[in-house]
Order: sequence, then structure tokens, then C-alpha cells
Amino acid sequence: MIGFQTLFYKEILRFWKVATQTVAAPVLTAILYLLIFGHVLEDRVHVYPGVKYTSFLVPGLVMMSVLQNAFANSSSSLIQSKITGNLVFVLLPPLSHWEIFSAYVLAAMVRGIVVGTGVFMVTAWFAHMSFVAPWWIAIFALLGAAILGTMGLIAGIWAEKFDQLAAFQNFLIMPATFLSGVFYSVHSLPPFWQAVSHGNPFFYMIDGFRYGFFGQSDVNPLISCGVVIVFLLVLVSFALRLLKSGYKLRH
Amino acid sequence: MAAIQIQQVEKSYRSLKALNGVSLTIEEGEFFGLLGPNGAGKTTLISIIAGLNRADAGSVSIHGHDVVADYRRARSLLGVVPQELVFDPFFTVRETLRIQSGYFGLKNNDAWIDEIMHHLDLTNKADANMRALSGGMKRRVLVAQALVHKPPVIVLDEPTAGVDVELRQTLWKFVARLNREGHTVVLTTHYLEEAQALCNRVAMLKAGQVVALDTTTSLIRRIAGSQLTVRLASGALPDELKPLVQHPHELAPGNLQYSLRVNHHSEVEPILTKLRLSATQVEDWHLQQADLEDVFIQIMEDGK
Repeated sequence: MIGFQTLFYKEILRFWKVATQTVAAPVLTAILYLLIFGHVLEDRVHVYPGVKYTSFLVPGLVMMSVLQNAFANSSSSLIQSKITGNLVFVLLPPLSHWEIFSAYVLAAMVRGIVVGTGVFMVTAWFAHMSFVAPWWIAIFALLGAAILGTMGLIAGIWAEKFDQLAAFQNFLIMPATFLSGVFYSVHSLPPFWQAVSHGNPFFYMIDGFRYGFFGQSDVNPLISCGVVIVFLLVLVSFALRLLKSGYKLRH
Repeated sequence: MAAIQIQQVEKSYRSLKALNGVSLTIEEGEFFGLLGPNGAGKTTLISIIAGLNRADAGSVSIHGHDVVADYRRARSLLGVVPQELVFDPFFTVRETLRIQSGYFGLKNNDAWIDEIMHHLDLTNKADANMRALSGGMKRRVLVAQALVHKPPVIVLDEPTAGVDVELRQTLWKFVARLNREGHTVVLTTHYLEEAQALCNRVAMLKAGQVVALDTTTSLIRRIAGSQLTVRLASGALPDELKPLVQHPHELAPGNLQYSLRVNHHSEVEPILTKLRLSATQVEDWHLQQADLEDVFIQIMEDGK
């Protein structure tokens, strides 16, 4: 237990020591998105009745920040440790694969939630927000952070170089995030692309999260929650198997 | 019970056979040297002991605990100083050592951390960031990290490579003390005089196999005799002494310097007598005691 606590604490300390980069920068990026897209699209796009576009955008941006930062934390920590070689400090002690998994993923979740909260606190100034179902907000934020933290762990284990990690991020995480309905409702898409969007697990995270604010969503939040939990369980069992087998970590 | 038991360990990297059936038993309290040229498999073997690599076949156990099946017990008994100079740039020396203690399940380990830092001359760097340390200082921190949990078995993979004399002496004094206190020490080094001075037993590895395994003293006594170097002013080496010449090229016509093998000091005088009785004139001679380096060279050249 102390081993897990220490690794978790170390992972938190690692991003907190460079909080300007890991917390403040993503908050600034989200504000820019909100100001620019909000300004351009405010009067043109109406998604839900009675909800302004800027208000619609806020939960999407918050969730996007949660997801991207949870992924960034576990993946960049692992790849940096692998490349500089200091991963041996974690591999030599008697830490179980469960301890390593939980410490990396929980720390990633903390970073995702901290950045998401920061984004929310700043962007909420620019929009009128409601909180119809706060529990759904919390549940989807935690599940989404856990999913991306686990994906980051898997990517960090798999990648041997920074450019492989960047490929994972640019060709998988970024498209899945942007095509999940952060900036729009998938109902505004042609039927084919609507169907494609429903195959994207990220869509359910953002849709369910948004339901917590407006009480309106494209899909019933219970269904979204189910999809997200199943997706998380699949990823967790895969990540644990990788860690247990020593894949790319213990040659 | 053996501190480290290695049985028939094999490991390949693609077509390269890094370890080819290595078996070794290192007893508790030993100061054991693992020697061999680059690429002999020393680091691979240490990585398998440490659980950083996995053997293709065979097994390793630490105090009876298998390094794969019972890895938690095995790793808690083992402290490893890796060969590469690695560090975590986010932390200070004290943070690094506290974190490492935590990984081994230890809280409030500051008393022992202070003691290690004192013995490794790190105390005045305790609050310095790892990035700000010189290479030698980083090496000391690596040693300290391996010792935070007072492991009964300590493995040092070339800890003195590229390290100044002062640190080497500080390090060996401390490690020798730990060994006296009962810790088993396994060491790989390229400095054979270090191995000779410290290790009571030595294994030599070549192309993934153990080619010699004995106490340091009997290894030196058994394999290499001493060497008598003779420089003649004129004449040639008497025929009866020619079989003692160690390097065949010295028998070429016109050569005046010979290295003769002697197995015991008592053989020196008869050789000098024979030279005096022949028509030669000795300009200079000296006797060189064999050391681990001679043994090493002799073993590594065998079969070439």
C-alpha cells in the first residue's frame, strides 16, 4: 500500500512541479477555443432549445481538457521515464502491476480533473451555466479521466520513442476527441456520420457529461454510462495484462 | 541458504545468445565479482536477477525466493545499482531517496537516509535538484537509492566506471563495511585490481558462459604463474630456457627481451644461474607477480 501511495504521490508531484505547463497552459487553450468559437458561432448555431452556443460549448471544452490531460499525464510520464532510463526506479522495487497501474491512472485522473475544474471555473464566466444533474457530471468526468489515463498508460508502455507517442495522440486521441461532439451535436450531422459517431466511445463520455449540465443529450445518459464503463473495463484488463506480462518494460 | 541461486539461465536477443546456460551460487556474506569483457552477458545476468529482464529458460532466486514467481519478496531483498547514470530530474536528492524508500514500503526512513548520505558524502547536496549534480554525485545517489531498504543482497553493475579516485575510495570503504556487517555484495567491474582487492570469489563470463569460477587467490595461483622478464645485452637465450618463453614472437632472431613463466619464486635462481653459465650477458631482469588481469587475459584468450 505504501508503495502505491508513494508512486501516486510522485506522479502528482511530477506534474505539480511544472504546473504552468501542465495545468495553466491547457486552461488558457480552452479559453481561446471558447472565445473564438463562441464569438464566431454564437448567433449561427443552436443545438438545444434555450441553450446558447457558448453555454453548450463549455462542458465540451471542460471534458476535452479532462480527457487530453489525463492522457498526457500517464503517457508522458512513462515515455520520459523510459527514454531517460529512470523507469528502473519503479521496476526494481517490489511494486505489483496493480500498484503501478492504479498509481499512474489515478494521478492522471487527478491532473485531468484539476485542469477540467480550472477550465470550468474560467469559462463559466463567459456563459450562463445550469447544473441539472451534478452526479452525472462527476461520474462522466471520473470515468472519462480513468479511460484516458489508462489509454495513456497503454500508449506509454507501447511507445519506444516520442514520435510514436505523438502518432498515438495525433491519429487516435485527437480525432476521437474532436469527432465526439465537443463543438457540435451529432444530431446536426448527416445520418452516416451520426452512425459513425455512435461507434466512438468518446462521444458517450462528452454526451453524458453534457447531460449533467443541461438535462438534454443525444443519447440517454444511462446508456452512455454503460458504454463508457464497458469500454473502461476492457482497457483496464488490457493494461493490467500488459503490465503483468512485462510487455516492453521487462524485456 | 544461498544469497543468489542462478540455475541454467538462458537468454537470447533475436539471433544473439546473450546467456548460454549460466549457473552460479553466491553464498550469504560473500563479496563476489562478476567479470568479463563487454558483451559477455554480465549486465543481462544482473538484469535477470533484478527482474528487469526475463530469462528464456532457467531460474534465479534470492534467499530462496524466485525472482519471477515470488518477485515481491525477491526484490525487497535486493538492492541494485544500475550501470547507466539515470536520475529523475524533477526531484532533489532527499526527495529521490524518500520516494525510493516508499516504493519499498518504508515510511519515515529519514534516519537511515541521513546515514547513507553521510557515508556517501551527499549530506550537503541533500536539497539540491538531481539535475544540478555532477556525474560522480549522481552515481552516489544511485548507490544510495539501492540501499534505502537495507537490502541483504547488493548488486553493483560497474559502479566505478568513469568515477574519480575519491568517490571510488569512499564507495569501496562503505561497501566493504556493509559486507563486513553481513550484506552479500555482487560486483561487476572493468577495474580488475578492484575486483582483486575486494572480492573473495570471482566468476568470469565469456560469450554468455561461465568460463572460470573460483576464489580470487586460487584463481590467480592456479592459472597464471609469475613472469620473469629478462633483457640480454648480447647472445641468445639458452635452448633449455626456450620452453618457458610466454610469447612465441620473442623467439625471433635478434630479439633480446624475453618473458619467462615461473610458477614459484624458487625457480628464479636456477634460471639466472643457467643464463650466467651460458654465453649471454644479462642487462636487466625483473619479476612480476601475476594478478587477476593476467588470469583474465589468459582465460579470455583461450580458444581464440
